[in-house]
Amino acid sequence: MSVVFDRPHALADVSTHYCPGCFHGIIHRLVAECIDELGIEGKTIGIAPVGCSVLAYNYFNCDMIQAAHGRAPAVATGVKRANPDKVVFTYQGDGDLAAIGTAETVHAATRGENITVIFVNNAIYGMTGGQMAPTTLPGQITQTTPFGRDVKEAGNPIRVCELLSSLDGPALLQRVTCDTVPHIRDARKAILKGFQNQLEGKGFSLIEVVSTCPTNWGLSPVKAIEWLRQNMLPYYPLGVYKEVK
Amino acid sequence: MSVNHQIFLAGFGGQGILFAGKYLVYTGMMAGYEVSWMPSYGPEMRGGTCNCSVNISDEPIDSPIILHPTILCAMNLPSLDKFENSTVPGGRVFIDSSLIERKPARDDVQNFLIPATGLAREQNMIKLANMILVGKIIREIGLDDPALIEKTMTKVVPAKKPELFDWNMKALQVGMGL
Amino acid sequence: MSEKVIMKGNEALAEAAIRAGCKCFFGYPITPQTEVAAYMAKRMPKVGGVYLQAESEIAAINMIYGAAASGARCMTSSSSPGISLKAEGISYICGADLPAVIVNMTRGGPGLGGIQPAQSDYYQATRGLGHGDARLLVFAPASIQEMCDLMTTAFDLADKYRMPAMILGDGAIGQMMEPVILPEPATRTIDKPWAATGTELKRAHNIVNSLYLQPDQLEDNVRARFERYVQIEATEPRCEEYLADDADILITAYGISSRIVKSAIKKARAEGIKAGLLRPITLWPFPKAVLKKHAAHAKAFLDVELNMGQMIDDVRMAIEYARPVEFAGRTGGIIITPDEILAKLREMEAK
Repeated sequence: MSVVFDRPHALADVSTHYCPGCFHGIIHRLVAECIDELGIEGKTIGIAPVGCSVLAYNYFNCDMIQAAHGRAPAVATGVKRANPDKVVFTYQGDGDLAAIGTAETVHAATRGENITVIFVNNAIYGMTGGQMAPTTLPGQITQTTPFGRDVKEAGNPIRVCELLSSLDGPALLQRVTCDTVPHIRDARKAILKGFQNQLEGKGFSLIEVVSTCPTNWGLSPVKAIEWLRQNMLPYYPLGVYKEVK
Repeated sequence: MSVNHQIFLAGFGGQGILFAGKYLVYTGMMAGYEVSWMPSYGPEMRGGTCNCSVNISDEPIDSPIILHPTILCAMNLPSLDKFENSTVPGGRVFIDSSLIERKPARDDVQNFLIPATGLAREQNMIKLANMILVGKIIREIGLDDPALIEKTMTKVVPAKKPELFDWNMKALQVGMGL
Repeated sequence: MSEKVIMKGNEALAEAAIRAGCKCFFGYPITPQTEVAAYMAKRMPKVGGVYLQAESEIAAINMIYGAAASGARCMTSSSSPGISLKAEGISYICGADLPAVIVNMTRGGPGLGGIQPAQSDYYQATRGLGHGDARLLVFAPASIQEMCDLMTTAFDLADKYRMPAMILGDGAIGQMMEPVILPEPATRTIDKPWAATGTELKRAHNIVNSLYLQPDQLEDNVRARFERYVQIEATEPRCEEYLADDADILITAYGISSRIVKSAIKKARAEGIKAGLLRPITLWPFPKAVLKKHAAHAKAFLDVELNMGQMIDDVRMAIEYARPVEFAGRTGGIIITPDEILAKLREMEAK
């Protein structure tokens, strides 16, 4: 009997703590598939953030380091500079990457740090139970914007790919999502390119994956995907924001 | 006789105060003494006053910071005004008299009025008034052995700039000849 | 044997770190330690090491966390306000049991404070920098030579105990020049089987982590770390004893202030006041046993620091409150004078 579908080797054989309908599981799998395809598991070091994916260090079979909130790009910089022949990726959420870690993100990007950043944007703080994120949409209700995000009070969301696209350092800035099979295929291609760029020494690659948070959005998995299409994708258009060929 | 020179050099930034101190600390070490060098630092150095402390002693140096110098070298009026009174009785005060017009106020110290900046200008070595003063100081404290001077200068002047070696040597000689 | 050279403290420190095998330096400019970074920027590329100016102290310490987690000997350097920013990363380094060296060329505080030499970060350094139950090895050199020699020790003990080590200097030690014989380059390499360097598909993955969501696991982890601390407290304290054996008044002082104390002691002895010095070289572990031993004969203690009195707590605890402990100090970046200490000694002698 031939095997048609199997767990990637780089993905640990454990059950995750992620909620039903959350994209983290899909994205983890895509990252692991890319690591497998490139045959780099033995020389890859992943950096887990603070947030829902804090336990990512348990889910990948490569060596893993858990970082302080927002500091994953700095930690990755330390690892990569000390070990330039290794492959280093960070896996970060929106609060981690675009609020508390904004400086680390911008400066790793502008240095053209030769790392791969997987950025999961679901417009909310998941781990702490649904507070406003830097990417929370205008009007979006969260625990800390109970009347909807009022941009006059709480400021506007940050579009990370657009923000970083003015910098000379990045090799790849691409926004993808995982709501449909074709979109998942595109996401996989982008993540693969992010790792390939690193192997080719091209520098900083960031793949933003627009994601759902059914639990904290208060929606079923199916409704969450609908909400993502109706609200997230118009504000965070998919596409390549920068690519160095 | 025990040696315990506590040398305080002060002037404007750009007069070569720190370099003069560097020469003295090296020459002290090469003569076999315990030494230390401590600069003033921070925003006060930006275009303002500059000073440094050099200890040369036959005992290990306890404090690198000199509050009561045995030797004061003042290269501008504010430095003389500020530090003249802190010099120990019986100490020596070296004054760049080209830049400081007033007479020394202390008569319980030995005052040396050296027109260092004027001499440097005459000799076409305008930036080396500091080393003319150092020349006078090393002669007074007996660290003026020619071999020692040459060895010290080799250490403090960058090898990449041999012309500086000759100029600094010349300036020292001018000071020593006074 | 290396030749005796004259170097600025900050530069000698940087060179000593390179010779001790430091492969990565991450820093951010701050007076009075910026020469460390400038020296590293010049030297590291020539010795195949890494120098990087980070965007902040926070980033710098997290780069250290990453480099240490992946097995590199690494160091960062800063001064007081910058060390406060590093506190987060230092806590994670403690929690993940990583070796690293952190230099604090202390300046006056709190807040932006000043830029002149101070010792007002003693509590911060010795009470566990950052949140959580944790310690740092803290070395307080009193000369540039000692600072260079302690650099190798700091790296070696950090590796041995898998914990951060701090060189607690001050603006004076950093800025001054003194003759120094630089240590010979370290040649031995240390096996770090726990490091995240890639599995090469030959072992289970390594995880460098400080998160333990199960309280019993976290407690086990902290207790295991404290077992190492007990061992360190038993074996690693260092202290210089100067004219201490017959002293009636024992002064406790470390770093730059201990040198000024020595001047005062010489003057006091000339007047017939039997003063001596106990100079902790390790502030943690604190040399309790040495202090306790001398409490048997000393009538009183005088603690001298460039702060309002911080180590004095450790002195009192070490001698178990058996003798009066007085204090003399200056703060704000002012360095206490031998005469000020002498005046205090005379006052104590008269009691």
